[in-house]
Amino acid sequence: MPKKLPKTDVVIVGMGAAGGVAALPLSNAGIKVTGIEAGGWLSPRDFAPDELRNGARNWPQSVQKAAGEAPTVRATSNDVAVQGGHPMMNAVGGTTMHYWAQSWRLNPWDFRVVSGTRERYGSHRVPADSTVEDWPFGYEELEPYYDKVEYAVGISGQAGNVQGAINPAGNIFEGERLRDYPMRPLRSSPFTDLMSEAAHRLNWNPFQGPAAITSELYDGRPPCQYHGFCNKGGCHVRSKSSTAFTTIPKAIDSGNLDVVTFARVVNIVTDNDGKVTGVDYIKGNETFFQPADVVLVASYAYENVRLLQLSKSRAFPNGLSNNAGQVGKHYLSHHQGSPVLALYPKDLHNWYGLPAQGVAIDNWADDNFDHGDLDFIGGANLWVHTDRKPMSAAKMSTFGESRNWGSEWKAFIMENADRGNTSYIQKTTLPYEGNYLDLDPLVKDPLGFPVTRITARYRENEKRIAAFASDKMEQWYLEAGATKVIKTGPGNAMGATTHAYGGTRMGNNSETNVVNQWGFSHEAPNLGILGASVMGTSGARNPTLTVQALAWRSAEYLANNWRSMVG
Amino acid sequence: MAKNSGKKDTQPDDLPHNLSRRNLLKGAGIVGAAAVGSTAASQVIAQDSPQSYQVSSPAALEALEALTAEEAETLEAICDCLIPSDENGPGAKEARAVHYIDRSLASNNKDSRHNYMVSLAAINDYAQKTRGAPFYQLIRDHQNSILSGVQMSKVPGCAPSGSGFFNMLRNHTIDGTFSDPYYGGNQNFVGWDMIRYPGIRLTASETEVAQGAELEPNHQSAYDNETYTKMARNIRMSNRGGSGNA
Repeated sequence: MPKKLPKTDVVIVGMGAAGGVAALPLSNAGIKVTGIEAGGWLSPRDFAPDELRNGARNWPQSVQKAAGEAPTVRATSNDVAVQGGHPMMNAVGGTTMHYWAQSWRLNPWDFRVVSGTRERYGSHRVPADSTVEDWPFGYEELEPYYDKVEYAVGISGQAGNVQGAINPAGNIFEGERLRDYPMRPLRSSPFTDLMSEAAHRLNWNPFQGPAAITSELYDGRPPCQYHGFCNKGGCHVRSKSSTAFTTIPKAIDSGNLDVVTFARVVNIVTDNDGKVTGVDYIKGNETFFQPADVVLVASYAYENVRLLQLSKSRAFPNGLSNNAGQVGKHYLSHHQGSPVLALYPKDLHNWYGLPAQGVAIDNWADDNFDHGDLDFIGGANLWVHTDRKPMSAAKMSTFGESRNWGSEWKAFIMENADRGNTSYIQKTTLPYEGNYLDLDPLVKDPLGFPVTRITARYRENEKRIAAFASDKMEQWYLEAGATKVIKTGPGNAMGATTHAYGGTRMGNNSETNVVNQWGFSHEAPNLGILGASVMGTSGARNPTLTVQALAWRSAEYLANNWRSMVG
Repeated sequence: MAKNSGKKDTQPDDLPHNLSRRNLLKGAGIVGAAAVGSTAASQVIAQDSPQSYQVSSPAALEALEALTAEEAETLEAICDCLIPSDENGPGAKEARAVHYIDRSLASNNKDSRHNYMVSLAAINDYAQKTRGAPFYQLIRDHQNSILSGVQMSKVPGCAPSGSGFFNMLRNHTIDGTFSDPYYGGNQNFVGWDMIRYPGIRLTASETEVAQGAELEPNHQSAYDNETYTKMARNIRMSNRGGSGNA
């Protein structure tokens, strides 16, 4: 029998990007929160500028519990699922410790893909096998929460639309915002300037993207030092606005957040009426039952889904909140692959920089351009950035100029190590029938629980966007003086990804969605779900800021309606 | 200085006190085509090069942590084909990529140990069968042609496959040549100098970025910063917030 602990008001499973944000409005409202985190605390001392340890060996995520829980992947139900890498992280702060920290708001179209497409092109343009729905609310509803998170976490960027005033230095396609970012954008670099100038010559609208990284002194944290070890590493000076250095310490200081580390939740407990009563977790060699009025599940998308699927009970024989059979459905891996590579005739000076220091083009994203004569909906955000380090530079493509070893190759990299660039192209990705998450029937984690199995592949819409965006990217690179450009293929299987969406989708229709418009279960009303697993569309940009805005909104809703919800 | 810093002249500070294992092995006359200076144990003379490079010798009496002596010798020859010491300067040999690989196979890359064992033996068997001597005794042209065969999966017996082994070995050789010297490769920063990487900086100003590869290489390891080492216990662990939460 698990050891029963004193009751708390709210349990949050996972102190990462989402749970770490939700804890703040709850604890500020005087609600007692217990945050249960599978990992421990990391400090700036843990993030040496070490490309081998962080970049190649994936420290510290590779040595964490998540490494034993990596999903298996297959393209279709006829294929064999194979376990591979994973993007998850066990630590206070979660993936916000090592992410690129690009912090975008979705564009308004992303909230209404179905109705937006119907109005402009006709319903037939939505792919027939897609299960996409409009969100239960529009961009305007989420705007105040984007704003709160941008200021609470600390986002730098250049606004493009403040209360209807368009600023061409920012993203002219963004939704209207209440006010500017709290910090100016990260600085440009010789390479990003080169790309911006080229984009202007093409009559595109380049702008510096938003980042959860300080560009100036903010909230006691120093500005970014641009040392170049941001990707896959935490920040050595706490400039990266991880929840571990922002919202979580503030919530702890309120006296209402208790963080339990190295604790793994294995079951969400429900009573016979279908109400959630708390969670079972393992810490050390003991199992505890932590009773709570409300449980908020806030681990990574795969683990959110898996925990529900593993939490079977009399009220929920097929997994928690799954009586409508929707847990695991409407899954998508963001199409971030199919990069375009470029080789320049001169050094780009990218040795010191970071993935979030870059230039974006949104002209070919979402519905920012006319799709009347095209055979797809949605589009791609084009992103080029600084960030180059020696090992990865030495592994660069030889662009057909040399085989990849020997004296000829050595001469090639000696000349070109700082002359290559790889773009990052994020594409609208839709949910489809046949793309889903379930429990692997064969592969188990070290505790003996089945891991998640991903069955998913990109469809024609994603592949057509990839081809279209690759052509645009090639055009941009060539305009900027690249002498060689390589376009990679369109992609096929959706692997385990840093941008995983769906599986517990949010929507008003309880037959096709797991959570309601506030992020609480249609079937177990005191169960909330935080994270990209509630998102039904991807947009063409990184999910974390949207995840955090949604988490804040769910938490604030809970705090404001505590009596009626807990009652 | 910065631009051509990959080509080093003699550095008196680097003069070794002892023979390296590599040079001991080479001194035993099993290096095939590689011409090795026998007058000064410290000198490794690149076979195709009119120039010579002095590299500092590692501490003597290092253990082979994972590889057998013959595997190490085979690997030295392969890595020298992959990133050669040549007229453009030092390569994997001077970086001590094999030393890095040996240590990594005993630790982080231990799951690859089996594939090295199987594949290196297969390569030597193939060399023996087709050229009459183990790989490390062949002339460079023959070594290169066998390696091409491995890359194209035409040398039998490699694991997980010829191309699979080749790609892994290539990655590890690059890791050992261009990673932080702490891990046992990139000795004397020859890898970073080779590609004009100016070195680890904890902060990079706009001016420094604009200078790019023209910056003076600082030859700093990440672990020259005490913050990241075991020494730094006096540095406050900040911002955990609150108290009694752990």
